[in-house]
Amino acid sequence: MSKARDLFVSLGVLLAGRGRAKLPERERIVPEKPPRPGWEATAVVLFGLAALSALAFPFLYAFGRHLSHETQWLGLSLGLAFVLAGAGLVVAGRQLIVTEEIEEDYPPEEHPEEQELLAQAIEETGDSLVSRRLFVLSLAGAVGAIGVAAVTPLVSLGPVFGISKFFSTPWRRGRRLVDESGRPWKASDIEEEDFYTAFPEGADEEELGSPVVLVRLPQSSFDLPPELAHYPANGIVAYSKICTHAGCAISLYRAPLFQPDEPKPALVCPCHYSTFNPADGGSVQFGPAGRKLPMLPLEIDRRGYLRAAGNFDEAVGPSWWGVRNRKPSPA
Amino acid sequence: MIRKTLKVLDQRTGDAPLLRKIARYVFPDHWSFLLGEVALYCFVVLVLTGTYLALFYTDSTRQITYHGPYKPLDGQKVSEAYNSVLNLSTTVRVGLLMRQTHHWAADVFVAAIFLHLVRVFFTGAYRKPRELTYLIGLTVLFVSLLEGYLGYSLVDDLLSGMGLAIGYGVAISIPFIGGNLGELIWHGPFPGTDVFFSRMYIAHVFLIPGLIGMLLVAHLGLVAMKHHTQFKQGPRETERKIVGVPTFPGQAPRSVGLMFVTTGVLFLLGGLAQINPIWLWGPYHTYLSTNGAQPDWYLGWLIGALRLMPGFDVVIGNYTLVPNPFWGGALFPLVVLAFLVSWPYVERRFITHDYGYHNLLDRPRDAPLRTGIGVGVFIWVALIFVAGSVDRVNVFFDLSYTATIDVMRVAVWVVPIVCGAIAYRVCVELAQGDEAERRRKRAEHRAKAMTELESS
Repeated sequence: MSKARDLFVSLGVLLAGRGRAKLPERERIVPEKPPRPGWEATAVVLFGLAALSALAFPFLYAFGRHLSHETQWLGLSLGLAFVLAGAGLVVAGRQLIVTEEIEEDYPPEEHPEEQELLAQAIEETGDSLVSRRLFVLSLAGAVGAIGVAAVTPLVSLGPVFGISKFFSTPWRRGRRLVDESGRPWKASDIEEEDFYTAFPEGADEEELGSPVVLVRLPQSSFDLPPELAHYPANGIVAYSKICTHAGCAISLYRAPLFQPDEPKPALVCPCHYSTFNPADGGSVQFGPAGRKLPMLPLEIDRRGYLRAAGNFDEAVGPSWWGVRNRKPSPA
Repeated sequence: MIRKTLKVLDQRTGDAPLLRKIARYVFPDHWSFLLGEVALYCFVVLVLTGTYLALFYTDSTRQITYHGPYKPLDGQKVSEAYNSVLNLSTTVRVGLLMRQTHHWAADVFVAAIFLHLVRVFFTGAYRKPRELTYLIGLTVLFVSLLEGYLGYSLVDDLLSGMGLAIGYGVAISIPFIGGNLGELIWHGPFPGTDVFFSRMYIAHVFLIPGLIGMLLVAHLGLVAMKHHTQFKQGPRETERKIVGVPTFPGQAPRSVGLMFVTTGVLFLLGGLAQINPIWLWGPYHTYLSTNGAQPDWYLGWLIGALRLMPGFDVVIGNYTLVPNPFWGGALFPLVVLAFLVSWPYVERRFITHDYGYHNLLDRPRDAPLRTGIGVGVFIWVALIFVAGSVDRVNVFFDLSYTATIDVMRVAVWVVPIVCGAIAYRVCVELAQGDEAERRRKRAEHRAKAMTELESS
């Protein structure tokens, strides 16, 4: 076995070293190191395996179209090729190549002479100016003004100064509530302990002001402030589905399974677990939200369909500096 | 062959003296110096795999109906962006491998930079004359967080859309200018218009990678100009003399080997370890979200901070001075950044009064106060990071979420102080132990010399 290995190595060395010209003897730069055929063979084998693994990649690409776990095989072949080649190089670096340790002086801390010469040259250049200060000031003014001009186009990136759009929602009195596919919700569809998403009929569903959550609560559980007392319709309440904390959709409804000792119903945002009370107008029960959930007034038409009775009582979406300035208005 | 190549090159460029100098550049040998290299090689993998992904990506939020090979989503309303990434993952051969490798590389990239920062911090490598190198490195770290966030936001799957909504919430929560800034970036109120994705795209594939690339060049250039720092491993290493292996032979094969191994491991992860299976998350719409959502690991600390904040906005009359997400999403990372940026200057001004030039690294025990404060701050961030995923832990252990958060709200202040104090104490004891050992050796040496003198 070791004979075969020696043969293999010496053959490789012979072939690789063929025809190299003899050089006149000179002092070595890199110190001499005795050969380590074992490690050399290891490196060669690693490189060989890396080549095989790498060649498997185009092979798999060409013939593996119907292979199950194709991505895994492709990743395995390419990854192994790199790892094996890298291992071969590390073996070479650690075991085959001379690891001489050398010393060197750190560069000097500073170059006082050069600094002085540079400073002198700059100062002398300015000598011919009558008023250096005026010159520098005017130049700085020009550069600053050009800077302002250069960033001006950035204002076009968005509506910067008008934020009235933040207050507009598609809701207005009489607009029907529909589901995701546009089918109108009937009051009789809404059941207790469940949770529904609704949109204004015909509006853009992606707008932050659009989606609302609908839940039905037992009449006895309501604890609404007087100004919101007329907002529910027949025990059904609607709140903006967009959390007032950071704008995620409120997609969790905690409905107590056993009324006496479980926590009261709550609307919860799964991003940071802001928890809102649907029975008292959407106050924050827990979590980081700093503002109550906007509530939408509802009414039920003669055919039993749910309609908005107006707009939200508060601005929709995450808070910004002007969020409490005014009430939302229809677009 | 070798001689001929060198001759041709030298005649055209005159590079031989420079190459010889580079070949003799000294690299001190310590495993922890490889962390930065791993980050560099991840960046190379990111640029290459990312370019491949860009050949298939559509930066549009126009809604279309999905009809592709992934049947569970058939007929769903999806954006063109999501559709293109889904097709890349399901119909383009090697596409999924490239996407997953890119994602893994991003995670490892930030992890390597972070560990590199930890090494630099606790060994005092940032001291004069390397403050600039350190500041550039910090910039790379924080810019990379933004780069990673934009990268996974481009996919427009449910998770990334939730992430963008939170990003918008944080952006508009900035006092005085937030609302306007949000409109500027998103081209209107969230979810913005179609051009918002074009903006993210050009930022993710051109502006920020270009910036990171330039910063890396500056970082490495500064390292080379002032040479590496080194640990005192023997009598030969001093503040004036650097000891190590030359670039060639010695460092080069190992470093290239490390590049290959890093690349290989990333491809193995990309092939074998599923990451961000966007077909399971589904498309994003503003009215959708999911429970148990977790961002990529390097944004976990921000989610944790957002979750731990008690719920209040600072309001004066009708004016909302500080909306809540500002604390956790903007102020918290700024405080951490400010600590890291100012630390070298704070340390030398108030703690060590040491304005000297340093090429030798400290061990953590050599600077107990730095180690104590550093441990405190890192544990503080780590605990807040844990709070970001506490909802998953709770499901696992069947604990109450609200109770855990209440406990964490206290723990994130108490535990770091305790840990920092312990770390400080341990360092002092270790340093004293070292000193005693040194004294013992010296005394033994002297005694031996005395006996030898007497016997002769």
